Amino acid sequence: MSGASERGIRVRRAGALTTVQDCGRPGYAHLGVPRSGALDAPAHHQANRLVGNAPAVAVLETTLTGVAVSAECDVTVAVTGAEAVVRVDGQPVRLRAATPLRRGQVLEVRPASTGVRNYLAFSGGLSVPRVLGSASADLLSGLGPPRLADGDVLQLGSPVSMERREGCALGELAALAVPGLVVHPGPRLDWLASPGLAALADGQWTVTQDSNRVALRLQGQPVHRRRGELASEGLVSGAIQALPDGHLVLFLADHPTTGGYPVIAVVDPACLPACAQARPGSKVSFRVAGGRG
Amino acid sequence: MHPMGHVFRPADSIQAVKFRPAGPWALLVEVDSLAAVRALYARIQRERAGGWAPGLVDVIPAARTVLLDGIADQAALAAEIRSWSIAPSPPAAGRVVEIECRYDGPDLGEVARQWGIPPERVAALHSALSHEVAFCGFVPGFPYVAGLAGGREITRRDRPRTAVPAGSVALGDEYTGIYPRTSPGGWQIIGHTDAVMWDPGRNPAALLQPGDQVRFVDVTP
Repeated sequence: MSGASERGIRVRRAGALTTVQDCGRPGYAHLGVPRSGALDAPAHHQANRLVGNAPAVAVLETTLTGVAVSAECDVTVAVTGAEAVVRVDGQPVRLRAATPLRRGQVLEVRPASTGVRNYLAFSGGLSVPRVLGSASADLLSGLGPPRLADGDVLQLGSPVSMERREGCALGELAALAVPGLVVHPGPRLDWLASPGLAALADGQWTVTQDSNRVALRLQGQPVHRRRGELASEGLVSGAIQALPDGHLVLFLADHPTTGGYPVIAVVDPACLPACAQARPGSKVSFRVAGGRG
Repeated sequence: MHPMGHVFRPADSIQAVKFRPAGPWALLVEVDSLAAVRALYARIQRERAGGWAPGLVDVIPAARTVLLDGIADQAALAAEIRSWSIAPSPPAAGRVVEIECRYDGPDLGEVARQWGIPPERVAALHSALSHEVAFCGFVPGFPYVAGLAGGREITRRDRPRTAVPAGSVALGDEYTGIYPRTSPGGWQIIGHTDAVMWDPGRNPAALLQPGDQVRFVDVTP
């Protein structure tokens, strides 16, 4: 290995689920390839901006329990997304700010206190083999690098920007405010029996434990939908399917490209980061776009 | 009867189209047949090659719909598609891909029962049908190969298998599917192929793409 390839980080504690994510694989859905990519895209971009990377560069995405890594080289790091205590060698450092790490120092992201997912950007970016143009781990189809395990070493690229944002802290993103999620009716609103979308707007839904990068699963007062089967059709991120038992599935980035349950509404893309940060057990409500709520 | 004969009825046109918004940036176009999906998808591909709808990110054909994801003005796009006059494209339009299949699957007997023929005739019948990839989905590289419409549709298993081996050739509804990797599945397995359905290191990664004609070649030992 040449000296240039020795920039890297070592995983000390991988946490419940930590993956490499970038902007995913748009444009391959007709082959059955999920979009994938960072679930909280603004937090992903913010982390990269803080360390001087291009916004789309690959980062780490954690799930609930954080992560700990040690620097194999001098590197600047930023942690964004969920509210969590961040420490370097045990000393608290700021969230949403650029922090210099010396070789050998340990960066730890403690479990999230609000939200689910933290994003860790490293100056130079993670250098991970791309599949179909992306370094994202797609948990539905198995494309991309495997989830992190203790002891893994990840290579870093060379920083392309000398611009450092040390001392520049950015604000909390809207994702953690958990507002009512704005939904757009359809495309299969006609599968919803009376009172139609009012059932969504008036209801309150609980995010269940089996939610993941594929979907939030929502339990609440079951919606009434038509019986019968629909031929499989294309899905967008944010699509809300009504299952035969009246519960809801809200699709996130690793969703299958097609599905056969009726999509009664679609969450506005601006609200998807909030979905990404909705913890199991938390309450979710909906507001119909341009309408009541 | 030609197994796909029904798709050439004069009534099949995209006159019957319905436009259903799927959020602010996507449009689900609903048509009344697989032939209309094929024709509409082919037209969209041609238009895109000419720079049409530059923001379009994904176009997903399915059984009776084409989803367009990444459009700024749903109404304008719908009006434009409505103005197209699209003749159903002949099935010979796509490229032809041969899939060598060993007809040795565990559900040959059940398929034979549903077709009302002896099990040893399933291979000859299936490989003689005209097949075309309607769409891909489920897992990367999994093709929904249409060819059983018009009386050869197959009812799925009552209880899905938890692990269908990679390379399994299986029937469900009007489709033949080929499993790119071991996955759960409820389709009736009639055989196996060594064809590599999905290889991310290959370009294109998927062996079969929407619009491809598929010829199943019986290589049962």
